[in-house]
Amino acid sequence: MNPTDITNPEYFHKVIDCQYACPAHTPVPEYIRLIAAGRYDDAYMINWESNVFPGVLGRTCDRPCEPACRRGRVDEEPVAICRLKRVAADNKGNVKARMPLPPVRKNGRKVCLIGGGPASLTVARDLAPLGYEIHLYDEWHKGGGMMRTQIPGFRLPESVLDEEVNYVLALGIHTHFNHYVSSLKEILEKDYDAVFIGTGAPKGRDLNLPGRKEAGDRVHIGVEFLANVAFGHKKTIGKRVIVLGGGNTAMDCCRTARRLGGQDVKVIVRSPFQDMKASPWEIEDAKAEGIPILNNMPPKEFVVEDGKLKGMIFSKVKAVYDEAGKRSLVPTGEPDEFIEADDVIIAVGQDNAFPWIERDLGIEFGKWDLPVINPISFQSTRPDVFFGGDAAFGPKNIITAVAHGHQAAISIHLYCSGQNVLDRPAPTVNLYQQKMGIHEWIYDSVVTEDDRYKVPHASLDVTLKDLRAEVELGFDRETAFREAQRCLNCDVQTVFTPDLCIECDACMDICPTSSITFTTNGDEDDLRSRLMAPANNRSQDLYVSRELPTSRVMVKDEDVCLHCGLCAERCPTSAWDMKKFLYSVTKTTKII
Amino acid sequence: MSYVKSRFRHPEQKKNAVGFVKSDYEGALSTLCAGCGHDSISAAIVQACYELSIEPHRVAKLSGIGCSSKTPTYFLGNSHGFNSVHGRMPSITTGANLANRDLIYIGVSGDGDTASIGLGQFCHVMRRNLNMTYIVMNNGCYGLTKGQDSATADYGSVNKAGSENPFPAIDLAELAITLGATFVARSFSGDKTQLIPLLKAALSHRGFAFLDVISPCVTFNNNKGSTKSYDYVRQHIEATSALDFVPEAEEITVEYEEGSSTTVELHDGSLLALRKLSPGWDPTDRNAAMNQMDKAKREGKILTGLLYAETSSRDLHDVLATVDQPLNSLTQEKLCPGSAALEGINSSFR
Repeated sequence: MNPTDITNPEYFHKVIDCQYACPAHTPVPEYIRLIAAGRYDDAYMINWESNVFPGVLGRTCDRPCEPACRRGRVDEEPVAICRLKRVAADNKGNVKARMPLPPVRKNGRKVCLIGGGPASLTVARDLAPLGYEIHLYDEWHKGGGMMRTQIPGFRLPESVLDEEVNYVLALGIHTHFNHYVSSLKEILEKDYDAVFIGTGAPKGRDLNLPGRKEAGDRVHIGVEFLANVAFGHKKTIGKRVIVLGGGNTAMDCCRTARRLGGQDVKVIVRSPFQDMKASPWEIEDAKAEGIPILNNMPPKEFVVEDGKLKGMIFSKVKAVYDEAGKRSLVPTGEPDEFIEADDVIIAVGQDNAFPWIERDLGIEFGKWDLPVINPISFQSTRPDVFFGGDAAFGPKNIITAVAHGHQAAISIHLYCSGQNVLDRPAPTVNLYQQKMGIHEWIYDSVVTEDDRYKVPHASLDVTLKDLRAEVELGFDRETAFREAQRCLNCDVQTVFTPDLCIECDACMDICPTSSITFTTNGDEDDLRSRLMAPANNRSQDLYVSRELPTSRVMVKDEDVCLHCGLCAERCPTSAWDMKKFLYSVTKTTKII
Repeated sequence: MSYVKSRFRHPEQKKNAVGFVKSDYEGALSTLCAGCGHDSISAAIVQACYELSIEPHRVAKLSGIGCSSKTPTYFLGNSHGFNSVHGRMPSITTGANLANRDLIYIGVSGDGDTASIGLGQFCHVMRRNLNMTYIVMNNGCYGLTKGQDSATADYGSVNKAGSENPFPAIDLAELAITLGATFVARSFSGDKTQLIPLLKAALSHRGFAFLDVISPCVTFNNNKGSTKSYDYVRQHIEATSALDFVPEAEEITVEYEEGSSTTVELHDGSLLALRKLSPGWDPTDRNAAMNQMDKAKREGKILTGLLYAETSSRDLHDVLATVDQPLNSLTQEKLCPGSAALEGINSSFR
């Protein structure tokens, strides 16, 4: 193999599994260390710079970082990254003073944001400090978008959301709330320099089954149901409720139904449990509230008697996989099952919908009637119109919307300055020496063996009676410290300087996880088969040095390196060194 | 301050034939200097015992005094151990071996412990052909007392303070062959591909197996002019042969050119396959071994690999005709048969 080019910022970035997996590339280990040090304000600001909604995301994020966490490959469970983020938000002091102020002198450019959700708010946060005059339109009376309408209060208190939305609006954003934009043409006729569309994927799918019409208003569409509850329009539900669907919306619907008076609430999915889209922790929380989940039961029809919904009939299937791994659901032959219900909530997915965008504005629409968007610049085929969040590429999650927002803000700024929107700024990277003395490092190099700590929950007696009583109570400071110490500090990189190596093998001998091997070079397949320990995780790179004097190369399998620094401690010549690699996605406005 | 080795290991560690993973053979975290050759030898012992599928409780590791003699703490943490008096490891091992012949004995010593204070003990344990593996971690200096020249420091070798050694060195491998050691090898801590098979062969040899392992002292003897530095050894090393250790049950899969290879069959049926690098050399011929070593020395080279092996020798137990059973498992009745038996013995002399 050729020597690894560690001057390419993406090499060490990829070693930081959590940060690499995060759509916004938040520097996770950096803020976890700050939380351990009790520096909650600093930890919060690193998050705020990167993901704009630390308090919201610390409760609701889809956490792509956690399945990626290296700790999950050497220990049973990953670090509770998401809940540590919340600790920073819960314990911070006055961070407002650290946030930018809207400039007195504007730059003369006006940008319109349609939709008040995370994507639009991120664009606003990134552009306002540069002097852009930002106009934000939303159909509701407050900003936040789906964070407000779709996430129930028992998962996200309104005060947390209001606080973080207001940090952005305080940058001098001109808000046009209670204003549903029904025509993009009208907006474009105003004198905006650029328009950003972050209207989400607002249309919940319906199920066109027999009896659907007759069942009338006892059948609810999940996203609409949650919005109606959020705004206090819907306050009660029948005692027996069926929720159809296996995603996170279904989990929120069933738990909400429990709090509106539903006593016998069931989630019914058409496919096997393992194919459910909901996050495992959301499923766990629903089950903890006494909500059974029945699987392999596709709905067949609504049963309505005398104009009143009685329940639903389900057929029974099993999943069969063909050679290509493609799934089909085949009937088991068992008789259909009737399940009683007073209300049914359909949460089987949502779609983008742009009935308000005229098709003669120069915005090309492609497959599934979705706008054609450049995945790097988020620019549509009309140069002054940009998309982001769920509106761009379909329903994902908040953190993805934020990541889109950052990139769209860069594009809008480039576009408004007359530059090529595809000239993307390079990331900011820094390598910091970590050595302080013999056996002393700036970071806590010792790997703790603690198991993942559980976030305490409020008692069901309280939470099931109050729609707005938060279920998760968050870590206290002491537990947060212990959980933070579980972080392996993957951003503290093992950096190898071949010129200094005397090939004493000390690093290879000490490495707890046998990650380092000195051997003759070969191609990747060959090398992977000859290392001190099996290197079967191909998603993780091999770090290969140039040839050393004994004609061998140093090969390090990044897969399960504990970043404990023992290789560097046992190295007599400092050929190995531990250096903190801070990688930051460049934004239009520098915050920290 | 933090210097702790995590207990997390590679999740795909493989078990050997007796159900242990490699980390079961590890010891405590080394307190020797970073980059010390001794740590590499410890790692090679761990690897050799793991690969030989030796149950850790069947091993006893013994040592004297010195940096080298600290190392038994750093390998085979689940085995028996005895850290003895300076230079007296051979006596303790002899006693232990006579009491329990069923254990595998690894003696670890240094150049000071063996070639200076313990030279007499070293000579006699070889003369008696005690069944053990004797490893000298040879760095040519007294590392524990700040690097004075030891008895194995080569003539003219420059120490860290800049002075040349005015005395000739004791060549422990030569001495071993002279005094009747039945397995003699030399290796280098920085060459595990050679050291591990040699260790496996030594552990499988019945009788006295001696390994002189050059092990640079990074702190006091890795300077320019030293003949035991990483650089110097790498530049002057010459191997007698490339070798492969083949356990009893396995077939030799490596193919050698006709006439260029030889095998040494060890007591337990395992084989050491050798691809000869020096023509005319025969590991079973004591004189040839001595000649080769002498020749290499004259050329300024360090000859490594298996130097000499005599596999049909009689060890101390054979010579003394001791019982097959370890003494520590004999019952009181057998060990002390009573006054009637004593009377019988005494009367037989009358």
